[in-house]
Amino acid sequence: MKVSITVNGTTTESDVEPRTLLVHYLREQLELTGTNVGCDTSSCGACTVHLNGEAVKSCTILAVQADGTSVKTIEGMSTNGEMHPMQQAFMENHGLQCGYCTPGMVMAAVGLLNENPNPTEDEVRFGLEGNLCRCTGYHNIVKSVLAAAKK
Amino acid sequence: MTMTENHTNTVIGTRMLRREDPALLTGEGKYTNDLNIPGSLHLAVLRSPYAHAKIISIDTSAAKALPGVVAVYTGAELAAQWAGPMPCAWPVTADMKNPAHFPLAVSKVCYVGDGVVAILATNETASRDALDLVDVQYEPLKAVVDVEEALKDNVVIHDELGTNKSYTWPLLVEETPGCVEEAFKKAKYTVSERYVQQRLLPMAMEPRAVAAVPQPFGGDITLYSSTQVPHILKVMTALTLGIPEHQVRVIAPSVGGGFGSKLNVYAEELLCVALSRKHKLPVRWVEERTENSQATIHGRGQVQYVELAADEQGKLTAVRVRIIGDMGAYLQLVTPGVPILGAFLYAGVYDIPKAYDFICTGVFTTLTPTDAYRGAGRPEATYAIECAMDALAREMKIDPFELRKRNFIQKEQFPYTAFSGLTYDSGDHLLAADKAAGIADYTGIRAKQAKQNVPGAKKLLGIGMSSYFEMCGLAPSRVLASLNYGAGGWEAATVRVLPTAKVQVVTGTSPHGQGHETSWAMIASEKLGIPPEDIDVLHSDTAIAPLGLDTYGSRSLPVGGVAVAGACDKVIDKAKLIAAHQLECSADDLEFAGGIFSVKGSPERAVPIAALAFAAFTAHDLPDGLEPNLEAQYTYDPPNFSWPFGTHMAIVEIDVETGKIEVLKYVAVDDCGVQINPLIVEGQVHGGVIQGLAQALFEEAVYDKDGNLKTTTLAEYLVPAACDVPAVTTAHTVTPSPTNQLGVKGIGEAGTIGAAPTIINAIIDALSSLGVTHMPMPASPQTVWRTIQSAKK
Repeated sequence: MKVSITVNGTTTESDVEPRTLLVHYLREQLELTGTNVGCDTSSCGACTVHLNGEAVKSCTILAVQADGTSVKTIEGMSTNGEMHPMQQAFMENHGLQCGYCTPGMVMAAVGLLNENPNPTEDEVRFGLEGNLCRCTGYHNIVKSVLAAAKK
Repeated sequence: MTMTENHTNTVIGTRMLRREDPALLTGEGKYTNDLNIPGSLHLAVLRSPYAHAKIISIDTSAAKALPGVVAVYTGAELAAQWAGPMPCAWPVTADMKNPAHFPLAVSKVCYVGDGVVAILATNETASRDALDLVDVQYEPLKAVVDVEEALKDNVVIHDELGTNKSYTWPLLVEETPGCVEEAFKKAKYTVSERYVQQRLLPMAMEPRAVAAVPQPFGGDITLYSSTQVPHILKVMTALTLGIPEHQVRVIAPSVGGGFGSKLNVYAEELLCVALSRKHKLPVRWVEERTENSQATIHGRGQVQYVELAADEQGKLTAVRVRIIGDMGAYLQLVTPGVPILGAFLYAGVYDIPKAYDFICTGVFTTLTPTDAYRGAGRPEATYAIECAMDALAREMKIDPFELRKRNFIQKEQFPYTAFSGLTYDSGDHLLAADKAAGIADYTGIRAKQAKQNVPGAKKLLGIGMSSYFEMCGLAPSRVLASLNYGAGGWEAATVRVLPTAKVQVVTGTSPHGQGHETSWAMIASEKLGIPPEDIDVLHSDTAIAPLGLDTYGSRSLPVGGVAVAGACDKVIDKAKLIAAHQLECSADDLEFAGGIFSVKGSPERAVPIAALAFAAFTAHDLPDGLEPNLEAQYTYDPPNFSWPFGTHMAIVEIDVETGKIEVLKYVAVDDCGVQINPLIVEGQVHGGVIQGLAQALFEEAVYDKDGNLKTTTLAEYLVPAACDVPAVTTAHTVTPSPTNQLGVKGIGEAGTIGAAPTIINAIIDALSSLGVTHMPMPASPQTVWRTIQSAKK
């Protein structure tokens, strides 16, 4: 099936199998490998992207369902060589270690602040419930998001 | 050059931001499965659905007929590919039983997830679709799920061994023969405890991935793998497949966490290499999460019997331990050694006489093989002694902190020669414990608890603690020899000052989240007086860093980081000869600081190391006999383990009616000696604590009686999310290690070692007024509620 999806501001068109997940479309057709796959049950959130401005797990959506939408991945977050304030906050607060959950975590965190620009620590913890990290114990991820909210 | 001159030598100890981060934050970082390797075949592995069964027949014809499928192989069809079985590098005893283990099973499967058939296809989808088309007929046999049941040998898993027992490993240390038994007879107090270390799934967020790229006409092979151990993997690949070692190159690209689970040599790595050579095409494989739960090693899996004997003051007089280690179905790379790493730590941080009786029995079950998981033997040992100390305090009706104070090895006793003969390098347990107690307000909480935990209270308050040693920095090679470990414990580094005074540090450690690039650059910067941004750190590619023993066991800094410092020393020594030549003085008259050599007493006669690098490169005017270029390799074999230590405390509140636990505060006071980068140290503690807390509260690999893993996905296996865990209050004491020139100790596993007993002790403390004395892990609300109910009876 033919799909047309705007990814990071560029219109992409491709012929995909109906069962192709959005995450596989991004990784394999477009070679945007920043979006990671960490599970097969939509539990880990490593594949979180923005679809029409909202954070979604790209393994829960078929590429054909995303036809006509606008998708932003981690590769589209920096502008003119400058990292997004959320990415900067993760760096400044050591909010990542191995980095595998990080792109999804950053996308989820930006989505969280879009909805709630001034969250409490608890609101950040519950807001990121769908994204798992095995390295950081979340301590510095929470700190990063709170710091980004203040920027 | 001016930057070098202005450099002020205060890099170590700063909270430098990580140079690794921009690539990882922007999606530029490439993990193995991100690599674009044109023309690759995709491997899929059909796995056994039975825990224990004979393979009667395999029909692959339908799978072979599927469009896109290139080849389908059974274990029998690939038998000729292997020069030997998969490696176990730690035969802990001379008579250890080790069943032959091949990448694919041939006649029998021994756990759910055991590989049976390999499928190669031109795309991943076809390779997985074909799995459903293979028809395997099995004759199911009885599963062996419980270690104590396994020891009875009612069902023997490996016929050729005749028993399920792999080994018995004793450590008996007695001042006089029979003194342990004597101590127990004479003891004023004794406790006898049984603990279960449940199996855990490591769950690194990046599943394993492999790509083997052959060079069909030269015979060389490049193996990309999501591994912690590219160097070990290279040697083992060469040996297992009969490929000359110099033709194997292993690269670990960005690796998304390991926690011990990627410290191994796995079937899929060997399958990709063997099949890529056979088909003369790249072969790649990526693990699904469900596969990861079954085919990647598990952690823990021990039953522990711990007995303490104490005098009237509660001073320990003897320790007796019997543990049964669940090996799983086969011995992986270091499976049998994991429980033995804990053998030396069942006396914890306490001053005990030579009255220690430890026996570990390694047992096969029909479950996924176990192996190293963050802490590997040491969290289990620490859990046992720390929970048993609380049991002893309850027995004596004294405060558990007070009991620990009476038993701590005292600051003045370091370096302390332990009952085992090992020397603990440095420590100050009381300082760390007092600091933790201050931050946690131990006294205040005890007072609050006395008011809150009255009969009929709905919410009970508890405080728990654990003091630990982490025996890490594996390890002196000679000590490893005495434990029959199959490798040394050294680490190598090369420091290369380029003609323009930029530096390459080449390390044999292989980071996967620990930030070695940042920390090693900081060490080299401090030593050489060259700014960290001018220093690159190369690693994880056996062609670029040919010598190394990789990253595990909190060894990277106290061994690999010290090797970097040692290589810098050799570079400085050589540069000094060139400086002396240029300044026309004796090398002995020179001093080196801030990247500049100067004549003692005449600071105006000086030359920066940057200029010497260029002189070494042009070689126009070097001292007679001196080799051109400014580069040195150094291999460091540590004279001792490093012994980080600390005290953790947790305050919990438990809803008696629902069993729900809230961790109100978690305090970790850790001492890893000198900290290279406190930002990274704290991150290691945060992550480790939450991983240990997750064992205490959430995680368990649950098997049914037929050996089926019931927790194969992240929906069932409860890796905690941010909302499930508390913030972690970290603090430190700094007791430098006298063992190495940097004064450093490891920190990678400390958090995990401290956390589980801290949490469980806090829970039991909260519930002790209800008569609760034991709490199985994970202490889920259901388990807590049931334990409360049975204590009431």
